[in-house]
Amino acid sequence: MTKILIIADHDGQTLNPATSKSVACATEIDSASIDVAVFSDNVSEVAAQAKQLDGVSRVLTVENEANKHALGAVLAPQVVAIAEGYSHILGCSTSFGKDLMPRVAALLGVNQISDIMSVEGTHTFKRPIYAGNVVLTIEAPADLPVVATVRAASYAAVESGNDAPVVAVDCNAEIPSHSRFVELQAGSSDRPDLQTAARVVSGGRALGSAENFELIFTLADKMGAGVGASRAAVDAGYVPNEMQVGQTGKIIAPSLYVAIGISGAIQHLTGIKDAGTIVAINKDEEAPIFEVADIGLVGDLFSIVPELTAALD
Amino acid sequence: MEKILVGLKRVVDYNVRVRVKSDGSGVETDGVKMSINPFDEIALEEALRIKERGEASEVIVVSIGASESQQQLRTGLAMGADRAILITTDKAPDTLSCARALLEIVRREGPELVILGKQAIDDDNIQTGQMLAALWDRPQGAFASKIELNGDTARVTREVDVGLEIIEIDLPAVITADLRLNEPRYVKLPDIMKAKKKPLDEIALADLGIEAGPELKEVLFEPPAERQKGIMVDDVAGLVAALKDKGLVA
Repeated sequence: MTKILIIADHDGQTLNPATSKSVACATEIDSASIDVAVFSDNVSEVAAQAKQLDGVSRVLTVENEANKHALGAVLAPQVVAIAEGYSHILGCSTSFGKDLMPRVAALLGVNQISDIMSVEGTHTFKRPIYAGNVVLTIEAPADLPVVATVRAASYAAVESGNDAPVVAVDCNAEIPSHSRFVELQAGSSDRPDLQTAARVVSGGRALGSAENFELIFTLADKMGAGVGASRAAVDAGYVPNEMQVGQTGKIIAPSLYVAIGISGAIQHLTGIKDAGTIVAINKDEEAPIFEVADIGLVGDLFSIVPELTAALD
Repeated sequence: MEKILVGLKRVVDYNVRVRVKSDGSGVETDGVKMSINPFDEIALEEALRIKERGEASEVIVVSIGASESQQQLRTGLAMGADRAILITTDKAPDTLSCARALLEIVRREGPELVILGKQAIDDDNIQTGQMLAALWDRPQGAFASKIELNGDTARVTREVDVGLEIIEIDLPAVITADLRLNEPRYVKLPDIMKAKKKPLDEIALADLGIEAGPELKEVLFEPPAERQKGIMVDDVAGLVAALKDKGLVA
C-alpha cells in the first residue's frame, strides 16, 4: 500500500512554503494517504498551518526539546523511528531537507532520489542533473521505501482549505548529543522572500560594489520584488550567501525575473529555468543570459536601472 | 589530529556544456575534459590548510571509479595530499555504495575528520557526506563555509537558506565543503613531478566486502525543455512597454 510521509520544513513558527509544494508533489503519487510530520520543541503553531494544507490526511507531531533546532543528525533517527509502514518519505529540497534526508535514506539502507521535478509513476520520477542541463528519469525499487526530496520550483503550493487531524506520536529514537546548535545568523529583510516572491530582481558582478547594489534594492522595492544575486556578486562580498541564485544557491520560479549585470553562467541559469518571464539587462550583447531571456536590453545598467526605476512610478 | 580523509570525484569539467547521448542512455563523456569535482577541490584545500597550520599530520585522498580516476588523485597529490587510495570499479556505483565504500576506508584508516565536497556537479545528488556520517554514526557539518577545530570538537559555519548556521560537532565527523570555504590553490609544475613519487594504492570495490545497492534504475537521460527565443528591446521605454504587454507591470 502506498503511504506517504512528508517531513515539514519550518522555523519553529512558520511552515516553509516548500512543505506545501512537497504536498503538491505527493498528491501526484497514487497513494492511500499523505501524512505530514512536524518535529519541533513546540509543534502547535506549525501543526496548525500544516493541517490546513489540502491533500493532507494527518499531521503527526514529535515534540521534544532536542528538536528546537533542525539538525539533520538529531532528526534522522527520529524520522526513521516513525517512518515504519510508509512507502514514501519525502523532504523538501531546502538546506534543511538536503541535510536531513540522505541521512534518513542511509539509515533505511536505500538510495535517495534528490529534487523530484515530476512524478511519472509511484516509483518513477524525473530529476535534473548536470545543473539542470540533463533531465534523468529514475526508478526506485518497488519493494523498498522511497526516500526523496522535492524540487520546490517545480510545484505550486496547495490550497489551505483543509482541517486534517493532528496526532502526537511517540518516538522512541535515541537522540545523539554529538551535534549542537550554536547560533543562526539570518539576514533580516522586509522584502519578499526570495524563494517564494512572485517577482525577483537579481544583480551580478557588473554592479561592482556593495554600495552600487543599492540600485538593485531600489528597483526591487519599487516593483515589490525579492532580491537575488549571482554567485560572482556573493563571492565578491556585495551581498550575503542567502541571496545566491543557481545550482549551488536557490532554485526559484518567480513569474518575473529581472537579471541585471549577470552574464548567465549555466550554473546561474539552472536556478531560474522555471521563471515565467526572464528580463536581462547587460552591456555585453553576447552574454549567455540573452539566450534564455524573454525580454533583453543591451546597455549600461548604471543608466538603465535608475531610468527603469523612475519609469515604474 | 592524525589524519584527514578527503574524497575526490572525477567529473565532467565545470566549463563543459554536457550533451545527452542520442539513445538517451547517458551523457556523452568521450573526448570530454574531466576534472576533480570543484567542491572536492575545496574540501582538499581545507584539509591541506589544516595540515599546514599544524593541526593535522596527514591528508589522504580517496576516489572511487575506473583507473582514469588516478589522474584526479595525482592532481590531489600535486596539490599537497600525502597519499592516495583508488577504489577501483568499472561501473559507477550508486551513492549509498560509495558511502559504504568510504566507510570501509574510514574503518581501515581511522581519520578524525572526513571532508567531502557538498555535491558533485554531475549528478547533483548532495548525499554522500550525510550518508557516510549516518552509516558511521557520527556528526555531519554539511555545506560548510568555515571550519574551526578546537581539540575534540569542530565549530562549523553552514550556508543555509536563511543565512549562516553555526554548529558544534564532536570529532570524528564528516564535513562537506561549500563554495566559500576557501579558494583552492593552483598546482605548480614541480609539485606535479613530486606527486608522481607519492603512494597511490588501489583496492577493488569488490574486495572491500560491501553490499551494493539497492540501486535506482536510470531509465532515460533527456535534454531539458528549451525556453522559447525572446525579444530584444532598444531602450527602457521598450522594456516597460514589453512588460506592460505581458501584464507584468501596471
